[in-house]
Amino acid sequence: MKPVHRRTLQAWLFLTPALLLLAAFSFWPVGYGSVLAFTDYSLIRETRFVGLDNFRYIFNNEMFVSGLKNSLLFLLMVPFVQIGAISLAVLVNNRLPGIRLFRAAFYVPVVTTVSVVGIMWGFMFHEQGALNYVMMTLKLVNAPVGWLSNDSLALFAVMFVTLWRGLGWYMVMYLAALQSIPSDMQEAAMLDGANRWQRFWKITVPMLRPTIMLCSILSVLAALKAYQEVDVLTQGGPMNSTFTALYYAYDQGLKHLKLPRALAASFVVSLFCIGIALLCLRYLKPKHR
Amino acid sequence: MKIRSRPLKTRLQLIGQYAAHYGVLCAIAVICVFPFWWTLVTAISTEGNIFAFPPTFWPKAPSLENFVEVFNAIPIWSFFKNSVLIAVFTVFWKLLLCSLAAYPLARLKFRGRKLVFGLILATLVLPSEVNFLVNFITITQMSLVDTYTGVILPNVVTAVAILLLKQAFEEVPQDLIDAARVDGASEWVIFSRIMLPLITPWLATVGILTAVESWNEYIWPSIVMSKPDEFPLSVGVLYLRGTFGSSTRVVAAGTLITIVPTLLAFLFTQRFFMRGMDGAVK
Repeated sequence: MKPVHRRTLQAWLFLTPALLLLAAFSFWPVGYGSVLAFTDYSLIRETRFVGLDNFRYIFNNEMFVSGLKNSLLFLLMVPFVQIGAISLAVLVNNRLPGIRLFRAAFYVPVVTTVSVVGIMWGFMFHEQGALNYVMMTLKLVNAPVGWLSNDSLALFAVMFVTLWRGLGWYMVMYLAALQSIPSDMQEAAMLDGANRWQRFWKITVPMLRPTIMLCSILSVLAALKAYQEVDVLTQGGPMNSTFTALYYAYDQGLKHLKLPRALAASFVVSLFCIGIALLCLRYLKPKHR
Repeated sequence: MKIRSRPLKTRLQLIGQYAAHYGVLCAIAVICVFPFWWTLVTAISTEGNIFAFPPTFWPKAPSLENFVEVFNAIPIWSFFKNSVLIAVFTVFWKLLLCSLAAYPLARLKFRGRKLVFGLILATLVLPSEVNFLVNFITITQMSLVDTYTGVILPNVVTAVAILLLKQAFEEVPQDLIDAARVDGASEWVIFSRIMLPLITPWLATVGILTAVESWNEYIWPSIVMSKPDEFPLSVGVLYLRGTFGSSTRVVAAGTLITIVPTLLAFLFTQRFFMRGMDGAVK
């Protein structure tokens, strides 16, 4: 065998196990799932193609439609998460005593499993819980609020928990980006008499631009795909007000065993994700110099 | 900070600035950490009503009674063992298969390299959140329902791990590899005897991140495992809430048992987490 061929063979041998698993559990579900969305797949009878029936069904289904709206509503969180994370990163990007402790505190929610997050915030949001006590002490509300039982508030409560869980992750992303900005740039600007505010807008923000773009896209996609927090906090209730599009897919696919409907719903979410990601790439593209 | 050498007015200003800075930091830290603190207080207290105004923010009559109750209520010890088992095997297989895949991508020139790399990157943008729907069919067809293999298998190979390890392999000086080739070492020997030991810090990074991820995974194991005895902790703790919904203190104690290992792992290996993110961005 020629050495070139031998090296190619060796390389593929190294790669094969990983590629097989990727094919089976990352590509297959997307491909096969997209096909099944157009069928009436079930374990008990022969599978037939049914065209757009599943899509027609879900778009006439109130739970899915309001779930999709809620998923879009989740996008409201993106600016809060990003601005919050950038501010946090700026606040902890220094060597003040104890700063590592603060970084750890902000990141702790990220390393906590979602089921525990659901339990803990269930306590917090309880009518007689800590949140209502604090709110009433600060005179922000007069009577205890049913954060998770009021159908116009529950979705925002769930959104807040998602924000609480996500902030630390993005903070670390921005922190890494901030620390890679050469300090002589800041020093030069300081010598030129730029104040803190000017340095932030003229140097930090432009240097962070690629990270801001990446994090915004990730955050948009995460918002559209949110459903785990719904499962552990409200299970879609009260009165289906916290259904998101993917929670509908999860609910239909696993609890009602209507797999094709679930896959059609997730297909729609994927289309939204792809569309929005393309839009973001188009409008947030770094300027060519 | 040389505060003393400056005039009084600037000194006061600086102190004010620091106070404001720490004030904001503390306020946010409280929001992040308070739910954990309250859960701890609830778990170790044995007296008084949990949900009452004003709430107790400090332990009352502390004891470990509630933790003992957790052990009586659910097989939390087997939950714990199941979580450890799943985490250990996920870490082992991920390190093995992902470093095997990363090595040729980083160090060998071969036909199809760009294609493979593109495919691996593509999995990052695939809508993977709902893969579990079809993966469950696959796992069923492989008769892996209710097995840990079924829980572990889809999590073994991830693009992020391959990318991190690829970067690690790229940092090894070429001279070492050339020298080994001249000595007639095979690719396998170069990989296993020279490359792997050199990237140990990165293996540790991927390992610790994977262990925490695996420990925290909730949706997929809850789908694959149906027998309560075989749940990992992340699933078992919600099972505890479902079973003993009334006894909030016991649920809080179970919650603590679930998160303490990851919190400890995180606090002692913070830099691994920061580095993992750093590498993932590049």
